[in-house]
Amino acid sequence: MTELRSAPHERLGVSVESIMLNVVLALLPIALFSIWLYGLSALALLITSVVVCLATERVFNRLSGQSSTLSDWSAMITGILLALVLPPSFPLWMTAVAAVVAMGLGKILFGGLGMNVFNPALVGRAFVQAAFPSAIATWVPSYAPNRFHEFIPTTLTQPLMIPPDITAWVKAVSADAFTGATPLAMWKFQHQLTAPEDLILGIATASVGETSAMLILVCGLYLALRGMLDWRIPVGMMGSAVILASAFHLYNPDFFPPPVFVLLSGGLMLGAMFMATDMATSPVTPLAVWTYAILIGVVTVLIRYFGGLSEGVMYAILFGNALAPLLDRSLPTRVFGRRKPWRVGS
Amino acid sequence: MTALFKFPGGVHPPDHKAESNTTPIRDLPLLPRYVVPLSQHLGKPAEPCVSVGERVLGGQMIGAPKPGVSAAIHAPTSGRVSAIEARPIAHPSGLNAPCIVIDSDGEDACITTPPPAHEDRETQLTRLRNMGLAGLGGAVFPTHIKLAPGSDEHWPLLILNGAECEPWITCDDRLMREHADAILDGAHLIQNLIGAAQILVGVEDNKPEAIAALRSAANTASQSNISICPVPTLYPMGGGKQLTYALTGRTTPSGGRTTDVGVQVFNVGTAYALQHAIRHGEPLTRRIVTVTGAVKNPGNYAVRIGTPISALIAAAGGRTPNAYGTLIGGPMMGFDLASDEAPVSKMVNCILVKDNQNFPPPAPALPCIRCGACARACPVSLQPFEMHWYARAHDFGKAQSFKLFDCIECGCCDHVCPSHIPLVSFFRYAKSEIWAREQEKDAADRARVRHEFRSFRLEREKMEKAAKHAAAAKPKTEVATAPAAVPDADPEAARKKAILAAAMARAAEARKEITPKNTEGLPEDKVREISEIESRRASLLQSVHDSIVKEEEEESSPAQKESP
Repeated sequence: MTELRSAPHERLGVSVESIMLNVVLALLPIALFSIWLYGLSALALLITSVVVCLATERVFNRLSGQSSTLSDWSAMITGILLALVLPPSFPLWMTAVAAVVAMGLGKILFGGLGMNVFNPALVGRAFVQAAFPSAIATWVPSYAPNRFHEFIPTTLTQPLMIPPDITAWVKAVSADAFTGATPLAMWKFQHQLTAPEDLILGIATASVGETSAMLILVCGLYLALRGMLDWRIPVGMMGSAVILASAFHLYNPDFFPPPVFVLLSGGLMLGAMFMATDMATSPVTPLAVWTYAILIGVVTVLIRYFGGLSEGVMYAILFGNALAPLLDRSLPTRVFGRRKPWRVGS
Repeated sequence: MTALFKFPGGVHPPDHKAESNTTPIRDLPLLPRYVVPLSQHLGKPAEPCVSVGERVLGGQMIGAPKPGVSAAIHAPTSGRVSAIEARPIAHPSGLNAPCIVIDSDGEDACITTPPPAHEDRETQLTRLRNMGLAGLGGAVFPTHIKLAPGSDEHWPLLILNGAECEPWITCDDRLMREHADAILDGAHLIQNLIGAAQILVGVEDNKPEAIAALRSAANTASQSNISICPVPTLYPMGGGKQLTYALTGRTTPSGGRTTDVGVQVFNVGTAYALQHAIRHGEPLTRRIVTVTGAVKNPGNYAVRIGTPISALIAAAGGRTPNAYGTLIGGPMMGFDLASDEAPVSKMVNCILVKDNQNFPPPAPALPCIRCGACARACPVSLQPFEMHWYARAHDFGKAQSFKLFDCIECGCCDHVCPSHIPLVSFFRYAKSEIWAREQEKDAADRARVRHEFRSFRLEREKMEKAAKHAAAAKPKTEVATAPAAVPDADPEAARKKAILAAAMARAAEARKEITPKNTEGLPEDKVREISEIESRRASLLQSVHDSIVKEEEEESSPAQKESP
């Protein structure tokens, strides 16, 4: 007896695994570069984040009686992305907390792959931002001389302990006057601008992976060219941020920074390329995608300029994630053969 | 050269045309037995007009078209009718269906009906109806219906569909290469029948030889109103609405036909068959079938309708050792064949033998990651992932609100889905569930009306009985005058009618009371839509009600006679 299957019988051969694996590959250069910048601490941070993310997913698989879903690589992506948005000095036990929250609360409680409303890595990041406000605002200089031999003192903080003060350590490892602030914070609170070339090359103070704008751009481009990333999201997000920033800059050049600073600083590039483009949490219809991207760009700039925080990409993307299903439903495509864009009934 | 338009979405599956389009169309030797299914076309099956044991000639009508949408069937060769019974046929269900079995006598004697020199349009149409023509692109819609426009319709444009967008299939390609003249002649015959001003022939640009052949045929025919239009190779270009859009930019309205935008579309194979029917008086007893995939000598064959598919595969050299199944049609919309003994019918354009190399077993489905690949591939601009979501959750109303019924089941979404979700299967399932529920609802409506009437009737009978008892209890003097007092038929009927009307009014009143209250606060267009639907439903209910009342009255009147 022949086994009967339903059409179509031929498939393209693109799989979820191949998409996710390519995202992992695209993130690897960024991760490696951050290890080069911050040494052992960055490596430990990445490993902790990835291992805890994978373990959390596996444990939840067990609890719910599913077979392992680790092979789809998505937990790996969350692990790497989470590490990339944390400061290099972040204590490992806090990283583990962030990873558990990212996977458990951000993804698995919603039903796992594809069901999550918010980007899991950002859920974890948002959680520790609220839980450990001081640790997440502690910044260290890159290129510390002993970075491949010793950890940043805060990295190995004992679980449930407050990380030690590292002012003395920072003074010892940084040659010139290191202020301990990100370029965005320096602009916001001290009104100092960082040189664009430092931002492009990734020498400025930042989270583990929010360093070299150029590297992130290249890695994102790889995914976009392979058709595994919706190019409209980074274009819309960066474009709207630059346009809005230009308008502010023209209005008051003394107070508002030039648009290129807005584009290159902080997490905008990483967020636009790898966070906002998360397929499960971004909209699909063309109009909705553009609206989503532009909205995130605008909200980022508004938070940076007028909010209490120096960086706004994370909350802007979470805000966009929350709106994504609504955008999809309210901005549908025009069905072939139907006159007006149709609306979803009831 | 006409400007081209790009319909939304579409995919580029590997076309696999070269396997079968390099050799000319071959003939198959006469076989000892043919099995001709009665239903080879859309609509009602043909009515057998021969009996078991009867001798038939090739081309003789053995099944007559029923009124309405139906087509005739003909004997593929001369011989004896050995059985009229259910046999396996090429159908997605895999079920058996009535067939006429003909044991050939080897003479292959055919009825020849020389074409008349002049024939008016009406006789031509009637003749075509008896020629068994049906769309050979795969939809097998009876052709004579498509040739007769309604009085208020005008189709100024005829499109010949030679796109052949499904991978692997090359029967139209070979036909266009080898019989371009006959195809274009057929096109002109169709043009005269439907009164079209212009003919466009759409051929995908992966068939340069076919395009060249058609062009040279068009030049020699020196007809100025025919243009050969290469169209980009993009599945599903061969869909009638898609090809119409690509060639003219006209969007066929949802739920409509291309004739709504003044375009009639015929497959090139149909035009060829029609040319043969009119010019040579030959009914449709053969078609070109591509045999490809895991067979030793893939190619195209001119096959008599009724040829067992196993014989055709054997003619193509048989299956290769790693073959495991057979598809009818292409890989995008074809279906698995349950039994190789099924015969070639008018809809079988391709027999594709599967093997593990080209058709690996499907990977297990993963959750949807909302990547949107399906939405980008959809030629109708639907949101397949949303429809899948709701179909899966049995929320069919919501699935329908995403325009489920605009889905043409082309398989593009399925083809690109990285999670390997069988999307089209979900949509077919949702559609059939919705149809089943609508039928159930109709049945329930009928049952409710029937029940209301029954309770009313029982009540009435009780009252009548009581009245009779009362009458019987009266003094005998009145009984003496009883014959006169027996109410004659008329007032009784009038009284019944009045009671009936009252019951119906009560029922209507009751229905009004249970009108759903969730229509408040809706936008005006929604309210209008709902009231339209309600009015349609009301008229339907009324007609159901009337028919039941009639039935009941017929039922109850003999009972009335018996009861006294």
